[in-house]
Amino acid sequence: MTHIKTKLGRRAFIKNTSLAGGGLVLGFSWLNSCKPKGAEAVAMELEMPKEWYEINGYLKIGDNGVVTIMSPNPEIGQNVRTSMPMIVADELEVDWKNVVVEQAPLNTNLYSWQVAGGSRSISSSWQNLRMAGATARQMLKEAAARTWQVPVGEITAIAGVLSHEASGNSAGYGEMASAAASLEVPEEIELKEIADFSIIGTSRKNVDGKKIITGQPLFGLDVQREDMLIASLVHPPAFGMKLKSFDAESVKKMPGIHDVFSIKLYDEDYKKNTFHFTAFNELVAVVGESTWQVFQAKKALNVEWENTSDITETVTMFGNEMEVTFPAGMEDSETHTTKLKDLISTKGKVARKDGDPETAFKNAAKIIERSYSCPFLAHNTMEPMNFFAHVTEDHAELLGPTQTPEWMEPAVAEVLGLPLESIDIQMTRQGGGFGRRLYGHFMVETALISKKMKAPVKLVYSREDDMTQGIYRPAYYATYRAALDADNNLTAFHVKGGGIPESPIFANRFPAGAIDNYLAEDFTMNSNITTGAFRAPRSNFIAGAEQSFLDELAEEMGKDPIDFRLELLKRAQENPVGEKETNDYDAVRYAGVLELVKEKANWGQAEAGVHRGVSAYFCHQSYVAQVLDMVMENNKPIVQKVTAAIDCGIVVNPDAASNLSEGGAIDGIGHAMYSGLTFKDGAPEQNNFDRYRLIRHSEAPKSIETHFVQNDIDPTGMGEPPFPPIMGALANALYKATGRRHYHQPFITDKPPLVG
Amino acid sequence: MAAFSLKINGSQHEIDVDPTTPMLWVLRDHLQMVGTKYGCGIAQCGACTVHLGDNAVRSCQLPVSSVGDQEITTIEGLSENGDHPVQEAWLEVDVPQCGYCQAGQIMTASALLKKNPNPSDEDIEKAMNGNICRCGTYTRIKKAVKMAANTNQNS
Repeated sequence: MTHIKTKLGRRAFIKNTSLAGGGLVLGFSWLNSCKPKGAEAVAMELEMPKEWYEINGYLKIGDNGVVTIMSPNPEIGQNVRTSMPMIVADELEVDWKNVVVEQAPLNTNLYSWQVAGGSRSISSSWQNLRMAGATARQMLKEAAARTWQVPVGEITAIAGVLSHEASGNSAGYGEMASAAASLEVPEEIELKEIADFSIIGTSRKNVDGKKIITGQPLFGLDVQREDMLIASLVHPPAFGMKLKSFDAESVKKMPGIHDVFSIKLYDEDYKKNTFHFTAFNELVAVVGESTWQVFQAKKALNVEWENTSDITETVTMFGNEMEVTFPAGMEDSETHTTKLKDLISTKGKVARKDGDPETAFKNAAKIIERSYSCPFLAHNTMEPMNFFAHVTEDHAELLGPTQTPEWMEPAVAEVLGLPLESIDIQMTRQGGGFGRRLYGHFMVETALISKKMKAPVKLVYSREDDMTQGIYRPAYYATYRAALDADNNLTAFHVKGGGIPESPIFANRFPAGAIDNYLAEDFTMNSNITTGAFRAPRSNFIAGAEQSFLDELAEEMGKDPIDFRLELLKRAQENPVGEKETNDYDAVRYAGVLELVKEKANWGQAEAGVHRGVSAYFCHQSYVAQVLDMVMENNKPIVQKVTAAIDCGIVVNPDAASNLSEGGAIDGIGHAMYSGLTFKDGAPEQNNFDRYRLIRHSEAPKSIETHFVQNDIDPTGMGEPPFPPIMGALANALYKATGRRHYHQPFITDKPPLVG
Repeated sequence: MAAFSLKINGSQHEIDVDPTTPMLWVLRDHLQMVGTKYGCGIAQCGACTVHLGDNAVRSCQLPVSSVGDQEITTIEGLSENGDHPVQEAWLEVDVPQCGYCQAGQIMTASALLKKNPNPSDEDIEKAMNGNICRCGTYTRIKKAVKMAANTNQNS
């Protein structure tokens, strides 16, 4: 047994009076107010108790034994609304079919890291979630011990039933819940042995599955309230522009339109954190009765824009201050590429240097140099940005899809001039996140519009608004060089990379630590096009570039691409270059996923006509290796199969984790192959799915198989890690299938020459 | 504004709206049936798919004035208890990630199976190609469509 102190996160285990009675957290009132017609027949499968007893901030137990578990984190499709409560339920020792899951509101007193970011939901809350369940189990046992006057150590708790063998006493959790709720929180509790997990490690279906497939209201855009108005915004048509003037009067007369006015988000001296940012601080709001009326009015609105000047702002990121410059001017993609190419040959800051790479390159018998690039990408969550707000003089209620409620709360408070305690933020299920909803300017915008209208308001972005608003995946560029001696041994490795506006380089990741002479350099280029985190930031480009380069290098050296990587990892494990702790990755676990994928994909035994590419990457503390099988049909490459091997520690919900692995592979193939956002005169050239290509059914792999490394390591990231490496596997398989190596994403527009 | 009488999911609904209003917004804003989703507004993503008669159509490009007396079925009315074979297969395969596009996917798949009860992989890809899923649940969707087809065959 692991004994742990409950001190960590203890405030969540102290009875919180604001939750008592369940009025605040029991059910979303907006759900009740907009029940879809025809869906009433979808009955609740569990009978609800007459009385709930709150044991701690994570759970309450009904008098009939039904347990409500709060899911604290934003649900963006990574399935935390199922997997996080599974962890609590396992430690609580309750039958999963007696569990009801509720979305917790933002509550910084009870929960930590209520963020969907960095693939950290499970890993950051693993201990707290286990403690929440174990503490409640211990309190239930204690209540039974007192009731039956027997030693607490003799009481067992199995599947929601407390038993004392010697006396023959037995009771369900519901019977002891009232007594347990009044007990002190124990100072120390026992966590279960990993081998005794009965829910963690078993596949459980999405708790919202039935609601999703019957079309019940779950998402931010589904929010309906009495007297609610619809709002939408008009933003500048190009980066480098701002609002000059607009003609509200003609549009105000249009049917259903209530008001047209401008809003300004932040005052110049407001110190933003990086998640508050928006390219467009002043916007025109159109408010009316229905979405269609508002969208029509926006089209009819006459707005004049003017150019911005250079802007430099100080923003904070996790407590660190940094200066960010947004230069004036209208940018375009062609100029971006030219400038990045110029910069890569002139500018570079050493991020890591081992040995003497300059001499090694000078003495090389052969130098291989390849450059890679990728364009800006729009997140394109299927549910466009939106939010609901009802702001009164002394209170603001906000409801909708956000990945960062805690980090946006101060910005909302600031613009409304209300204290933090008066801001109430609740989260809906979210139609995708991928990093886009980390940047919650839309919450601030909705709050301002509701304040002005003195009414409940739902802000709706059209797809065009959503795709042209900014916060894109940065455009990156990287050049790799390798030095080989006369015997074809790798003697030096050099990577130099940069981007708009950030570098994609992780200097201490593989193959750093595996090569004596190693140099990593990076550079950045400012832009007024705003960017943000996009599923596996930076990794989502550099993994594919690096893994393509290693493939080409292995070929040049006459080695099998998996064996080549394993050789490097062996070196990193046995005799790492540099201090071991400076290398970010664990070489043994890294090699482990390569060995597993080699076995599961029957590497080296491909059928005739099947062209294979391999790739492996480490990010968000997890390791993923993928083999991609490609066939040519009518001269077109078809992805027949992807085999993935993943080490993310303990897998909480295996089938759901496989779903993320499949999605990561499809999403990665899609973005590397088809997607890109280009600019002309500061304006995005794609603003909807007619010109912006996302992968479609017929382009997806025909099958995907996922294998997890079995170990007892605490869980690590799963939402992001399967996404970056597949781009390398795709490029490597494309080369085998077509004889062309692709360097510039999206590959569909890249026309490299035939080689080999 | 104009008055329309629409037959949706077996019941008659009277509304008074601008005749150019797409059915998507009639359903979502005026009838509070929000299962049909807004994704692109230009019939490129399939999130708003409903049945017009037996055909899968994009409700974002279907003006209310063009519906007439044709019957509309939305995700809320596909089955009484969420037990249409396609919905059951979706649960069995546990298809959704974020879940936002899935109503549209299900409506396209159920219309396909009505016309072609035993579709090939190519048939499925062709029919489903207009429905985008950013999460990348395509392989699961195909598996679920085939499972539903088999259920139909065996029943």
